Amino acid sequence: MEVSSAQVVQAIYETLYMVGVSLVFATLIGLSLGILLVVTRKGHILENQAVFSTLNPIINVLRSVPFIILLVAIIPFTRLIVGTSIGTTAAIVPLVIYTGPYIARLVENSLLEVNAGIIEAAEAMGATPVQIIFRFLIPETLGSLILSITTATIGLIGATAMAGAVGGGGIGDLAITYGYQRFSTITIVATVVILVIMVQSLQSFGNVLARRIRRK
Amino acid sequence: MGNGPSVLEASITTHSPIGIQNERNTSVVEFHDVHKLFTSKEKTTVALKGVTFTVNKGDIFGVIGFSGAGKSTLLRTVNLLERPTSGKVIVGGKDVTKLSVAELRNTKKDIGMIFQQFHLLETKTVFENVSMPLLLSQTPKKQIQDRVFELLSFVGLTEKAKHYPDQLSGGQKQRVGIARALATNPSILLCDEATSALDPETTASILQLLKRVNKEYNITILMITHEMNVIKEVCNRVAVMSQGEVIELGNVLDVFANPQTETARNFVKSVVPDNIPPGVFRILEANRGKSRIFKIQFIGEGSGQPMISQVAKRFKCDANVLFGNITELQGIPFGNLIVELQGSEPEISRAYQFMLQQNAIVKEIL
Ligand SMILES: Nc1ncnc2c1ncn2[C@@H]1O[C@H](COP(=O)(O)OP(=O)(O)OP(=O)(O)O)[C@@H](O)[C@H]1O
Ligand SMILES: [Mg+2]
Repeated sequence: MEVSSAQVVQAIYETLYMVGVSLVFATLIGLSLGILLVVTRKGHILENQAVFSTLNPIINVLRSVPFIILLVAIIPFTRLIVGTSIGTTAAIVPLVIYTGPYIARLVENSLLEVNAGIIEAAEAMGATPVQIIFRFLIPETLGSLILSITTATIGLIGATAMAGAVGGGGIGDLAITYGYQRFSTITIVATVVILVIMVQSLQSFGNVLARRIRRK
Repeated sequence: MGNGPSVLEASITTHSPIGIQNERNTSVVEFHDVHKLFTSKEKTTVALKGVTFTVNKGDIFGVIGFSGAGKSTLLRTVNLLERPTSGKVIVGGKDVTKLSVAELRNTKKDIGMIFQQFHLLETKTVFENVSMPLLLSQTPKKQIQDRVFELLSFVGLTEKAKHYPDQLSGGQKQRVGIARALATNPSILLCDEATSALDPETTASILQLLKRVNKEYNITILMITHEMNVIKEVCNRVAVMSQGEVIELGNVLDVFANPQTETARNFVKSVVPDNIPPGVFRILEANRGKSRIFKIQFIGEGSGQPMISQVAKRFKCDANVLFGNITELQGIPFGNLIVELQGSEPEISRAYQFMLQQNAIVKEIL
């Protein structure tokens, strides 16, 4: 049994929807947590041992759970948030929880690259912590933050393939149910090509954007 | 015989380099018994041990010392980048350690700072870098524009306004750093090894610029360095630091003329070598009994060379300069001469007595 082109279009739409919505939330969460991880650490502008040593292990735990397990484990939470644990929208909750901490780590790494001297210069100017974050830390690392988010997005596309487990649909799900379980080579080839195109264009877009922002 | 130092003092006051000695009474920064300890699990480092001194309005005050002496730590207590463990740091009449967060932020706008590694924002243009302190205090756009262009023209970088820091040389980056530090029109400029990353020529031009900052904007400068040459070029006052303490403090001319500690002597020697070249000793050996050799340290125009020609004219002896080193301190010649006097013993003794009465320190080399 072959897939129809309507199914493929539907699957592309589902993937884009899951990736797009998850990305928005995961980025918001990841950026906030990443910034917190940096500024609350020892010797930084908002040093706070309690916040740092709570956040740090939570992020580590979330990052070490495989997505397929997370997907199932948080079903009650998902139901609480979106009212259902089945379907494309339901897949978004675990995707956000999976990707958010990942982005937080990437953001943390980028922000830590900022030369301590720049922060010192900002402090010497009398900048407030909020000004230091938004006028110094983020602008100085915007290029690398964009690349980080690109990487996270590509990871998200991969994770959506498993969203089929909760009826999320999408390209990956199509490949597994039609291509792998029903031995349809053409479906496998088609879905892989679609995924490659998605990832490739995303990466190129990220690179161009990052380069433009770095203005070099 | 022992009138060397007093003559020297007289010569310093008459040659007072910059005629603003009288205005120098208002203090801009005062350190009162400042201590700083760094404590970690393994050990405690005492970075500052009771530092006390005052920087007056109009000063270009230099703090010199070897690596690890505590210079940076001291400088950073002025804008509280480093909070003293004890003691007071008074800036513009207020103890910075007692200010509220908001008051401290305001005080910082009155204290500019430049760094060895410049610390410019790499993703921002020269213009944007210089405008940053003004943006932080919500200055209107038009005002920022005017101020930034004024400063860029002052530091000679008007054409580079749209360039990025990675398109600039080290000297140009430091000029941007200086313009940025001056943006909020501070009354104090802190310089942490501002020229240590630059070649000698660029260093000289940045030092000249700092002099102009001091004169034209009437900004008091507190700078730290490990190069005596920097002190020699621009400072009027100097503190020598070693292991967290100020071991010597005074007018640059005094410290150069009469260093009290071994550390200070070594720093002075790095700019004005006073060691006697080995060749001189050989001459001394060969001429033993026939001539005597003197070291003359002089300050100011009327000394040194003229004194030697006087000696040759007035006494029946020949004077040969075996070694000489002259430099300028705040526009005043300063240096050492090693002179050999040949002639009859009574004539040389009379010449020596004569030299002792001049504006110089004369010592016989044994
Ligand atoms: N944040 C810190 N934590 C622990 N020790 C420190 C810290 N900052 C400075 N120290 C120590 O304090 C002492 C003084 O350091 P400081 O940086 O003030 O010296 P410095 O005179 O500026 O030296 P340099 O010429 O190398 O810059 C050193 O022993 C240094 O190791
Ligand atoms: Mg230092």
